[in-house]
Amino acid sequence: MPEFLLPLLEGDEASPFWQGCARGELLVQACEACGRRRMPPRPMCPYCRSTRRRFEPTSGRGTIWSFVVPHPPLLPAYSELAPYNVIVVALDEDPTIRFVGNLVAAPDADINSVDPATIEIGAPVEVVFQPVGDATFPRWVLR
Amino acid sequence: MVSGPLTDRTAIVGIGQTKFGKGVPESELELACMAISAALDDCGIAPSEVDGLASYTMEQNREVDVARSVGLGDITWFSQIGFGGGAGCGVVGQAAMAIVTGQAEIVVAWRARKRAAATSRPWAQIERRVGEQFQWSRPFGLLRPVDEIAMLTRRYMHEYGATRDHLANVAIAARKHANRNPAATMYEKPLTRDDYMNARWISEPLCLFDNCLETDGALAVVITSAARARDLPHPPAYVHAFAQSIPTQHQTMTNYFNDDPLRGPAWVCADKLWATSELRPDDIAVAQLYDAFSPLIILSLEGYGFCKRGEGGPFTDDGAIELGGRLPVNTSGAGMSEAYVHGFNLITEGVRQVRGTSTAQVEGAGNCLVTSGEGVPTSALILRK
Repeated sequence: MPEFLLPLLEGDEASPFWQGCARGELLVQACEACGRRRMPPRPMCPYCRSTRRRFEPTSGRGTIWSFVVPHPPLLPAYSELAPYNVIVVALDEDPTIRFVGNLVAAPDADINSVDPATIEIGAPVEVVFQPVGDATFPRWVLR
Repeated sequence: MVSGPLTDRTAIVGIGQTKFGKGVPESELELACMAISAALDDCGIAPSEVDGLASYTMEQNREVDVARSVGLGDITWFSQIGFGGGAGCGVVGQAAMAIVTGQAEIVVAWRARKRAAATSRPWAQIERRVGEQFQWSRPFGLLRPVDEIAMLTRRYMHEYGATRDHLANVAIAARKHANRNPAATMYEKPLTRDDYMNARWISEPLCLFDNCLETDGALAVVITSAARARDLPHPPAYVHAFAQSIPTQHQTMTNYFNDDPLRGPAWVCADKLWATSELRPDDIAVAQLYDAFSPLIILSLEGYGFCKRGEGGPFTDDGAIELGGRLPVNTSGAGMSEAYVHGFNLITEGVRQVRGTSTAQVEGAGNCLVTSGEGVPTSALILRK
């Protein structure tokens, strides 16, 4: 397993997001007082200033908002797979809720498994989950 | 068209710099001291008169070490500004505020940096466990600043039809200006459109020549009151207007999470800048626009009001941002072709344009816009004669 960078699975404002990934759920933080969603997570609701917050499920479906194809020099684990893609996905139900991730050819495929020349902004995608180290990462496949 | 309490009340009176290079033997502290010493000599002010210090939060040299080394006097005001390349103009602007409010009379502002070695680059020093905003991008391989800005660039090209030719215009303009500047890293290295188009990718859609240089070096300026400035050897570069900005819901670099990610900090900074200036974009003779990456120039041309949204690409056509064009930009070669020292060389070049001493002098330039990093909390200055 290459040495990918990993998130903090406990003790961080966003740890419930990563715990959700481990269960196969793409979660987003929402305010318990006014109900509005926010991404990335933060301790106070920017709309009503409540600190009561939860993570709730999303559709896991969106479209590609943008993408890049990194080439070396990169950290070693990523350099081995370069060129690979990194995409930003806008959720179908709220296009201002966005996630950075990778487009993969199949749920268990590497981040360099899609020909970059075939990636298009606007393409519909859905989330899949891959174990990486002790974490589970959301990745995306075309739908 | 209004004046504010800062308008033309202070001036940059001295500028200094070290040589720019890779793997230079001097420490960052020695480089800082050399640049500051040169800036003080440039304006003929004694170190003992300096009572204010301003720099970046990313500056590694502490005020006490700089002051003890250069032999500065009693310091009564010091300040640092955050967000890397967004800080530069803010450092000068806050120094101007300190002078106008009486907290200091002679302020030295500087940036010293050794980042030419690959291991010195911030992205190469990431811890394996990433938290805060980085956890949303870096685990997925969006590792470097160039990757983060490439993401916005791709979206920008998609929305507005900008092309690699537009990005090449930026790189080539900077290089042509650097080819006139003996202090520039790329002084003797021309850059053709073919060179650009055939360069290796760094993060598609950005290639090698869309990136700034990696440089060891330092620069410094001396700022004082307009009254004092008039008695010094060089024509003062008055701080005509100054602004900073953090737009609502902004996330630095990976600004992908709000309603309009392509409307970056430049827009808010520009609103404040023009609101406190007697000048309009059409009055600006020459601009030094922060250029860690070529697309930032195109976004800044829009943000600071030189053209409408989406028109920044075509604005660069036909040599418009080269010497002799509609708005010469980055006349020293700037970060892409002179030196990348977090944009502080844009400030010193702005001073040279106002003095009339640039190696790519815009004839009769009475003013210069200088900006700091777009895509991060930023700042801008208008300098004028």
